[in-house]
Amino acid sequence: MTQDPRAVSQPSDAASVPTTPAPVPAGRRPGSPLLGAGSILRLIARWEVLLVLILAAIVWWGSQISPFFIQPDFWNSANFGASISGTMEVAIMALAMTPIIITGDIDLSVESMVGLSGAVLGVLWAAGIPLQLGIPIVLVVGMLGGLFNGLLVTRWGLPALVVTLGTLALYRGLANAVLGTSYVTNFPPEFTAFGFGYVPGTQVPWTLLAFLILAVVFTAVIHLTWIGRQVFSIGKNKDASRYSGVRVATLRTALFAVSGMVAAFAGIVLALRYNSVRSDNGTGLTLTVVMIAVLGGVDINGGKGTIPGVILAVFTLAALQSALRLAGVSSEYQNVAIGLLLIVSVIAPQLARQSRALVDRLHIGRPRQAQGPAPGEAVR
Amino acid sequence: MATNVAVANSQRNRVGALIGGLARSRELTLAGVIVVLSAIVAVFAPNFLTTDNLGPVTTLAAIIAIAAVGETLVILTKNIDLSVESTIGVVAFTVGLLLKEHALPVQAAWLCGIGLGLALGMCNGIIVAVFKVPSIVATLGTISIFRGLCFVVANGKEINLNDLPDGYTNPASQSLFGIPLFVILAVAVVAVMAVVLRYSILGRLFYAVGSNAEAAATIGVHSRSTIFLAFALSGMMAGIAGVLWGINYGAIYANSASGQSLAVIAGVVVGGVSISGGSGTVIGAALGALFLGLINNALILLGAPQEWLQLIYGAVILFAVSTDALIQVRTQRAKARSRIR
Repeated sequence: MTQDPRAVSQPSDAASVPTTPAPVPAGRRPGSPLLGAGSILRLIARWEVLLVLILAAIVWWGSQISPFFIQPDFWNSANFGASISGTMEVAIMALAMTPIIITGDIDLSVESMVGLSGAVLGVLWAAGIPLQLGIPIVLVVGMLGGLFNGLLVTRWGLPALVVTLGTLALYRGLANAVLGTSYVTNFPPEFTAFGFGYVPGTQVPWTLLAFLILAVVFTAVIHLTWIGRQVFSIGKNKDASRYSGVRVATLRTALFAVSGMVAAFAGIVLALRYNSVRSDNGTGLTLTVVMIAVLGGVDINGGKGTIPGVILAVFTLAALQSALRLAGVSSEYQNVAIGLLLIVSVIAPQLARQSRALVDRLHIGRPRQAQGPAPGEAVR
Repeated sequence: MATNVAVANSQRNRVGALIGGLARSRELTLAGVIVVLSAIVAVFAPNFLTTDNLGPVTTLAAIIAIAAVGETLVILTKNIDLSVESTIGVVAFTVGLLLKEHALPVQAAWLCGIGLGLALGMCNGIIVAVFKVPSIVATLGTISIFRGLCFVVANGKEINLNDLPDGYTNPASQSLFGIPLFVILAVAVVAVMAVVLRYSILGRLFYAVGSNAEAAATIGVHSRSTIFLAFALSGMMAGIAGVLWGINYGAIYANSASGQSLAVIAGVVVGGVSISGGSGTVIGAALGALFLGLINNALILLGAPQEWLQLIYGAVILFAVSTDALIQVRTQRAKARSRIR
């Protein structure tokens, strides 16, 4: 019985995960060339690069099904257009979900906020309030809903999973209470054009443009500003962040508020795209939102993830959906494919990380740091 | 005089500790709340306490409670199983199909259903424990995978009462000594699991892994097999719930039991099982499921509009977890204070 009992439950790869602290810069050793074989291999082993390969594979598969898939016509056709604009609401929400997951929280209530914001928009519109006024009001409602989530999580110390499970029911219930079983339709055409129209003179859907703008904003804030650094630091270690002056509670609350507001925006987009609101708008979208974030390489345990990865995941999902539709796969089976992709997308980055660790280990002649099992390495 | 004060103090402390202990016992509080709630509702809606009303309500609550027992095991280990609704749906449908198209004996079909639930649970367990996929992601994925499986099996069909053997749905409305059969079954399941969790080494493993995985590993607990076991058992319980679901409803569709994961997890959480693992009991979880079922029924009887049901449902969940957190904060503060003294 000389075996370390920890080794039983924490097999060898548990030790290999923390040996690669930060992706590329830390892996580059002083004195080694900027683009040595190792760093190229490490680059290939990055999840985002694998995601590009997966995307390419899907496009290749789509072109095998139908040569139509890669022709420029296809990208204007109803198929991809439907996939892209059908994905944009969840894509927008995934952008806001990413920093929340990076800080180690989760927001399951977004799909209900889509329903609630649509319901409020519909009721305001039916009451004769112009959309120019209605849309800002709905965005504020979304922000307040997110704020409520955030305050319950940070001030009362409740787990985000439980709080947002509760508000998942609560906001859907509010939507039911506001709109009942009725529905509102006939939004003005200049607004519904935003839902399914194209930017004049181009083949870019308005919703895609909105997503791209938000994507640039989120990429800049998360990866280039102190706010982003603090988000990552909270995800790595909340206590250490607090002691180094990060206002952890405020930032986490703010992220929930942003998520609520973005979900409300997605709800508006959905309402305008369908040109109709019902209180069950958006049911089941949370699964896809979390899926996109995880597929984009965001660690559900917090601390790791990139917005560009999430953006790539959006396009991978859209391409997969249109390829499946082209192959005549019904939507129930599409869900199976998406579920499988979700699980594979978590297993695969682990393999990527391990292969990167392997690349590191193949550098001979440099002493490897002895590492014990990662502290606090829990299964969830 | 000083001794008198001390005696009074210690008595007050003892009484305080007793009350505090009772208040902290989630099961007793919840049972009390259920009794008080029932009494109040009975005053305003006289038909609440009739067998005609309570029979179906408690029968459905019993089904959810059995699934909640399995979910409790998973949550105790600091994981979560979101896929129970799909397991319930797949099992309910498969059992119906076995009876309809393969004319299996009823008991054999039930066993197949429970076995299928176990197998699906083991799939979850393998994904989480072997491939180390975070449980929330894994089971978020298996919700759609299992449900897709259900659509494959269903292939556009549905099961009606006519497809099932005569009197198949009777057990759902039968009762023994005035207690619905399903409730007796649920009580039996809860009792067995409560004893196993409280008194057996196996049961304590779930708590050990959930409260401190590293410490558990240090004393030689194989946390990954424990987590695997929790998911397998959760699948099996969902399988039992699925069989009962089919018996209860008679008509089964490919999307049966959609959205029931929320009811199951809400029951567990309201029942005082900590979502961060390591604390809670199956009795609490079952009472939580019963409580939410009764609330739903009471609201309908009291004439609350249908649209408000979900709103109140969400509010009750939030209220329950918030009070839980506040009580915890209070008791921790009280403990800290007494330690300083």
